[in-house]
Amino acid sequence: MSVPVNDGKSDIAIHSLSNLNLETPEKPYLDSNELIINMGPQHPATHGVLRVILKLDGEKVLGTECVIGYLHRGVEKIAENRTYTMFNPYVDRMDYCAAVSNGLGYCEAVEKLLNVEAPPRAQYIRVILTELQRIASHQLWLGTHALDIGAMTPLFYTFRDREEILKIFEKYCGARLTTHAFRIGGCQYETYTGFEKDVTNFLTFFAPKIDEYETLLTSNRIWLERTKNVGVISAADAIALGVTGPVLRASGVKWDLRKAQPYENYSKFDFEIPVGTNGDTYDRYLVRMAEMRQSMRIIEQAVGGIPEGPIMGKVPKVIKPPVGEIYHSIEAPKGELGYFIVSDGSTQPYRLRVRPPSFVNLQALDLMVRGALVADVVAVIGTFDIVLGEVDR
Amino acid sequence: MPNFIMSYLGSTVTPGQAGNQFWALIYVLVIFAGVAVVVLCMNWIERKALAHFQIRLGPMRVGPHGLMQPFADALKLMLKEDIIPAEADQFVFWVAPLIGLLASFTVYIVIPFGPSQAVTDMNIGILFMLGVSSLGVLGIVVAGWASNSHYPLIGALRSSAQMVSYEVAMGLAVVSAILMTSMNASGTGTLSMIEIVRAQQQQGIWFLFKFFPLGFVAFAIFAIAMVAETNRAPFDMAEAESELTAGFHTEYSGLRWSLFMLAEYAAMIAVSSIAVTLWLGGWMRPFPNLLHAPAWDFIFSLFPGLTFGGLALIAFIGTARMPSHSFFKIQRIGLAVFAALLGFLALLLLVIVVAGRSADTSIAARLNEGIGYVYWFMLKVAVFMYLFIWYRATWPRYRFDQLMRIGWKVMLPISLGVLMLTAIVGVIVS
Repeated sequence: MSVPVNDGKSDIAIHSLSNLNLETPEKPYLDSNELIINMGPQHPATHGVLRVILKLDGEKVLGTECVIGYLHRGVEKIAENRTYTMFNPYVDRMDYCAAVSNGLGYCEAVEKLLNVEAPPRAQYIRVILTELQRIASHQLWLGTHALDIGAMTPLFYTFRDREEILKIFEKYCGARLTTHAFRIGGCQYETYTGFEKDVTNFLTFFAPKIDEYETLLTSNRIWLERTKNVGVISAADAIALGVTGPVLRASGVKWDLRKAQPYENYSKFDFEIPVGTNGDTYDRYLVRMAEMRQSMRIIEQAVGGIPEGPIMGKVPKVIKPPVGEIYHSIEAPKGELGYFIVSDGSTQPYRLRVRPPSFVNLQALDLMVRGALVADVVAVIGTFDIVLGEVDR
Repeated sequence: MPNFIMSYLGSTVTPGQAGNQFWALIYVLVIFAGVAVVVLCMNWIERKALAHFQIRLGPMRVGPHGLMQPFADALKLMLKEDIIPAEADQFVFWVAPLIGLLASFTVYIVIPFGPSQAVTDMNIGILFMLGVSSLGVLGIVVAGWASNSHYPLIGALRSSAQMVSYEVAMGLAVVSAILMTSMNASGTGTLSMIEIVRAQQQQGIWFLFKFFPLGFVAFAIFAIAMVAETNRAPFDMAEAESELTAGFHTEYSGLRWSLFMLAEYAAMIAVSSIAVTLWLGGWMRPFPNLLHAPAWDFIFSLFPGLTFGGLALIAFIGTARMPSHSFFKIQRIGLAVFAALLGFLALLLLVIVVAGRSADTSIAARLNEGIGYVYWFMLKVAVFMYLFIWYRATWPRYRFDQLMRIGWKVMLPISLGVLMLTAIVGVIVS
């Protein structure tokens, strides 16, 4: 795999931050119109332990401040005291809703450092599981997001169908949530008997289920009113703030690392990158729904063409990468998930830094909710699809 | 037996109109107990129905199919510590749930379960109902203010904003129904709840279908406004769980919190009763004028017994379908007893109907009629209660500025237009 270079031809242009007004408007200290509210860290709609300090004028949001770190476990520091292999399960605990994707990113980063590549069969298995994980992650997002906006029922529908994916994970590697599915250099486990059948069964099972979700929400009048023109972020602002993933694509930027810097064997598959136009909450919803369908397309192509062969590349028993550093990023369900690893030639990383998509996306919150209402804050937090395990690490 | 007890039996007017305080008190107690029981049932039904909407089972552990769950909950809530926050305004905090409860229970005085099955009949009945049921909002506002906390305060503000934007459209919709009551020979309308139902009987049509689609539109506006009035989904902004944790009752717990729940359900039944009275013919059975032969009377009077019989049958089938493992023995017995109870009730109702038919005392005939009246009234109310649950399972929550926009910019003009059209059509027709 070659290191992709930014050739300047992509349509991404970095804008200055000057067009963002990040200052909270000056007001007298004890203004009777203002209300400071702590939303979180224990709140039904902050997806874990996010704490948002809201400055309100009645219901109108004058400014917000995110306070994070309630779930900080020092994952990056732990990495410095573990061997490369030992650290692998830890990454599952960051974005615990998409553990497989985390593992893929880490394994690939280390593989790149070692200059090895997973054999084709392993790559196919990886792609299938990662795309299944993307669907599962989006299902979880859809359920909780709808719940935040007040629709209780989609949550149970999505959890029912997510169960089918988790069953496949459980059969494959024994775990449902923190899977530790991949190893550096390939996969630990061969596919179980009936794996392909399970996956194709899931595809036929799931296709009508997406339509079912859409009947509940897509043209629901209240859903439209609650999501259209809520939390709008322009493409320029999104790029300036480093926002990635579906949030960026909903603003109309066609940027997906699976296409932009193909890793694994994504270049072999035929799929599209769904983009939105308005960059509002509704577009982000549509983009994610379309992404689930595209993931199904990828899985369909991959499951039919799994080649025979080994599942582990030529990786030494003791992993001792050469001195150097590497940054590798993948398209996780929530956006660009990057690993920056500095190796001093020993068995443990000298420094490991994770670029979590949720953490970077979250900084757009203030821009998106300023001037909106309290109910919109909840909708916007939901639309980011943040996982606090990843934000705080 | 004293004369004032016996003399009322067989009367065709409400105890309030007859000036019989004793029976009025009995009616009040019966209604209070009845509403409390219905609220308990509603609690179970809502949880079960919502669960089945959401591919869950709902309560299954406390009693067979969770039948004892409401009782367990009530017991738990009563045993909980009564917390009043240190910073709260103690007296107002204490009195707030009572205001809501009082408001939602007081309206039951004029709800006509039948022509004589009400505590009293006021000549301003509907006005009284609208006025008192709106007082329920006061309880919410006061609760939010007295909690001295941010989320309840916002919830209270939302609730008052919601009320002002919905009461007007609701009132105008009601007025257009009242206008229809004057479409008789004498041309005089009425505000009395009982007379409104009688007017529908005289005119031979539910006001829902009167001047189609005018009556229907007015009804639809009322049906939307009453969901907002009771703070139910999709207009449950005052207690929006995902936004304001629990809204106005965030600081409430235990018995005080359960009083809010009781008031909410009582208010739901009350507003449904208004809708039933104004547009759906109140206590009247379907086609009372068209199918008025005694044979039809008899067939329709079998319905209450058959309904309970059907419920008993469902419960018996449920018993038969229970796992035969000895672990479920107590649950099986419990459900069988429950089914037997329902069956006994069904049998009792059928016996009353059949015996009342041959008996020629006026008391038996009145009892027979009364059962029918209350049954048809409650059946219509039950449809609305089911709708409340259905809404909650289906729709996301409106934002409160959108709710106000709909209230002022959509529903108010429509209800005004319907009111004027009703008046014009009424003048033309008469």
